[in-house]
This record gives sequence, C-alpha cells and structure tokens, in this order.
Amino acid sequence: MNSFQLHQPKDLGSAASFANSGGDTRFLAGGQSILASMKLGLASPDAMIDLSLVPDLKSISVSNGVVKIGAMVKHADVAANAEVQKAIPALAELAGGIGDRQVRNMGTLGGSLANSDPAACYPAAALGLGATIHTDKRSISADSFFLGLYETALEAGEIITAVSFPVPEKAAYVKFKNSASRFALVGVFVSKGSQGVRVAVTGAGSCAFRATDIETALAGSWTAAACNAVKMTSDNLNGDLHASAEYRAHLIPVIAGRAVAAAK
Amino acid sequence: MSVNVTMKVNGQSVSATIEASMTLVEFIREHLRLTGTHVGCNTSQCGACTVHINGRAVKSCSLLVAQAQGAEVLTIEGLAAANGDMHPMQAAFKEHHGLQCGFCTPGMVMSACELKGKLVDPTDEQIRASIDGNICRCTGYQNIVTSVKAGLAAMA
Ligand SMILES: Cc1cc2nc3c(=O)[nH]c(=O)nc-3n(C[C@H](O)[C@H](O)[C@H](O)COP(=O)(O)OP(=O)(O)OC[C@H]3O[C@@H](n4cnc5c(N)ncnc54)[C@H](O)[C@@H]3O)c2cc1C
Ligand code: FES
Ligand code: FES
Repeated sequence: MNSFQLHQPKDLGSAASFANSGGDTRFLAGGQSILASMKLGLASPDAMIDLSLVPDLKSISVSNGVVKIGAMVKHADVAANAEVQKAIPALAELAGGIGDRQVRNMGTLGGSLANSDPAACYPAAALGLGATIHTDKRSISADSFFLGLYETALEAGEIITAVSFPVPEKAAYVKFKNSASRFALVGVFVSKGSQGVRVAVTGAGSCAFRATDIETALAGSWTAAACNAVKMTSDNLNGDLHASAEYRAHLIPVIAGRAVAAAK
Repeated sequence: MSVNVTMKVNGQSVSATIEASMTLVEFIREHLRLTGTHVGCNTSQCGACTVHINGRAVKSCSLLVAQAQGAEVLTIEGLAAANGDMHPMQAAFKEHHGLQCGFCTPGMVMSACELKGKLVDPTDEQIRASIDGNICRCTGYQNIVTSVKAGLAAMA
C-alpha cells in the first residue's frame, strides 16, 4: 500500500472539508473493500478520511413505516437488530448473508452502497425496497443512485449519512452465491407494498438494476410461475469464468421466483 | 505519514508510532512479534489472520492499525491461561485433531471463540456456515467441525 495522510475527524463538517481539500481522497468506513483495492494498486489515495469517529452515523431506528440505518452501521449489527428483523426480515437476512462473519463485523451499509460493486447485496435491497439515500448534502432515491460499475450519483467528497428503507408488505432476497467469493453470482431482491412491486437484481450487470419485465409479471400475479414465464435477454449482462451472460439471464427469473416463494 | 496508536493487546497496553498504511496484522506480527497470527492470503479470503477487536472476530490483514485505536485486541497468544493451561477451544482442537499443518488453526480458533453464546447446541451445518470465513487446506473440515462443537460446549 502506498503511504497516505490519515484524517480522523470527529464531526461531519470536518470530514467533508478534508474530503474537499484537494488531491485524491477516500473515505474509510470498515476498509473491507477499499483496503483491498489499495493493496492491489487500483486505488492510491493521497488522503484517507476515517469516518468511524463521526457521531450520528451509527444509529438504527424504525418509525412510521421506515427503517432508517446509519451509513456506518455494520452488516453484523443490521443482521442482529431485533427491530429490523421484525420490520423487514429480508433486510436483516440479507445483511447476515454478506461475505462471512469477519467481513460482517467490519463492513458497513454506506461503504457497500458507495462502492456499488456489481455483485454486492445491499444495492439490491436499496433498489428493491425503493430506499432513499441521505447524504451530507441531499437525499437521493435508490432509482437514480446506481449509475454503473463502481459508479454512483455521489459527487466527489459527498458523504452518505443514512439510508431510509420503506417497510414493505412482503419481501425477500435470494442470493445464488459465487462459492469462491461469496458475492452474488445473481442475487434478486423482491418486494411488494407501498412502493409497488419491485424486483432488483445484483451480480448480473455492471451495477444493480430493476428487472421491469418481472415486476410487470408479478404485479399481475405474485407467484414464482409468473417469474419463470419471463425470458430475460442476456444483452449487457456480465459473462465471466464463473457464468456466461446467458446463464445469468436464465438465473434471474429463477432466483426471482425463489424469492417470491420465500417472501414474508 | 506516521500516526500514534494506543491499544490493549492481550490485556497489555501498547503504544507505537507507525505508518498510517500499516495493517493490523503487520503490527501484531512485526512490531509486537506475536507471530501466532498468520497471513495466508493478505486479501481477506482465508481468515488465518483472524483476531478479536472488542470481542468481535475480524481479519487483521484487512484493517489499518489505526482502526484498532483504543481497542481491546485479543490474539491467539492471549487465549491460554497464565499458567499455560489451554483455552477450552484450543484443548478441543487438540483433543479432536482439528488440525494437520496448523497454519489455519490460530484463525480457526479465534473465529470459533466468537461463536460463544451465538450458537447454542449447533448442528454441523450451522458450524460450517459460521466458519465460512476461514479456509483450511488440510483437514477437510470434518474434525474442525467436531472440535468447534466440543469447544463451544466446554465454553458454555
Ligand atoms: C471476503 C469478502 C466477501 C464479501 N462478500 C460480500 C457479499 O457477499 N455481498 C456484499 O454485498 N458485499 C460483500 N463484501 C463487501 C463488503 O460488504 C464490504 O463491507 C463493502 O463492500 C464495503 O466495505 P466497507 O463498508 O468496509 O467500506 P470501505 O471499504 O471502507 O469503503 C468502500 C468505498 O466506499 C466509500 N465510502 C465508505 N463509506 C462512505 C460514506 N459513508 N459515504 C461515501 N462514501 C463512502 C469509500 O471512500 C470507498 O471508496 C465482501 C468483502 C469481502 C472482503
Ligand atoms: S491473511 Fe487475512 S484473510 Fe487471509
Ligand atoms: S490444518 Fe493445514 S490449513 Fe488447516
């Protein structure tokens, strides 16, 4: 790893001013993605801004049909939170299935969304529940947040502070794991409720996306059979040594169907 | 850039001035000379470097030292009693042949210890799922699962 300046601000305002002070700066949440990129030389920031001492980024609240989770809340803490388990069991289960126990003890919600890894789980939940991503500057709907491979609507130096997830009537996330990396080969989050029927797919494209054909089919009939009747095109899907684009296209409705069957 | 860090490692206070880019495992092995914590991959895959920070299992190759600022760190060296008696999880790995070459073992044991109170009377399946952040290239896992089960029972 190249050397860098390390800032450990104690409030959001100072974190933002370090981030906007010029040079290549990166935030440090749990380090579970960024440190690996730095070891590989894919990122070599001049300065890192550790967000762990910034207050107010670590709370979880459930009220008025919304689960609000701070950006620095760790996957393990979402998975173990009784209020989240009760309000959106699919979200707690998704968090409890990310990577492995050690990764879940460090990795954060904000880091996962900001990273927009093509195979990450949380982006599917954000899109699949119609979440709102709050930053130090504004609120962004999940539908306009994920722009591409490791690319989001965040501006340079913008800090995610929390995410609001509307509580659905029913939801589930099913991940078809890449057994080596434990990321999603294909993962599908389905929900229905005040946000309508939503189906979000991860692992298959350059970033998480909504499968609108499956949403239409499920709006007509909330059944696994309705998913299975949809044929996805493999255009623009990822193909690699783990799975061809055609195989991923085949998996999407199948996994969506399993999620519908599991939804609660 | 260098930073000052202070933490407790296996109950003892340590302070040092280190490069900001130093990982926790480098600090533990090369600075504190506690070489029981191993580095298998250095890429967060294998779990050989697992230690506890404030009671939670983490992969110390994927953390900066500064992320353990002020924390209580526990490594494999801190498990046994002062008189040398093995910790119940270590004793279970010995008793049930939960190791062959032993390279993965410190990480396996540290990872397994975090399961105390989380898995009550677990099935083999639950144990396998819980240690999926730790890779063993020798044993085929059978005896590791048996050891973890016995170790957790002894710790209960
Ligand atoms: C072995 C392994 C397996 C994994 N498996 C999975 C999996 O199955 N599913 C899955 O979803 N993920 C998986 N992950 C990734 C994991 O979920 C990480 O927690 C996540 O990618 C982000 O890491 P982090 O929170 O530590 O963020 P960091 O690595 O600290 O930061 C990541 C990026 O986000 C930026 N950032 C962080 N916080 C903020 C913020 N609040 N505002 C703005 N920008 C911010 C940083 O600048 C950096 O660019 C895995 C990781 C490992 C190592
Ligand atoms: S050395 Fe840290 S996970 Fe392999
Ligand atoms: S005993 Fe050799 S790697 Fe596990």
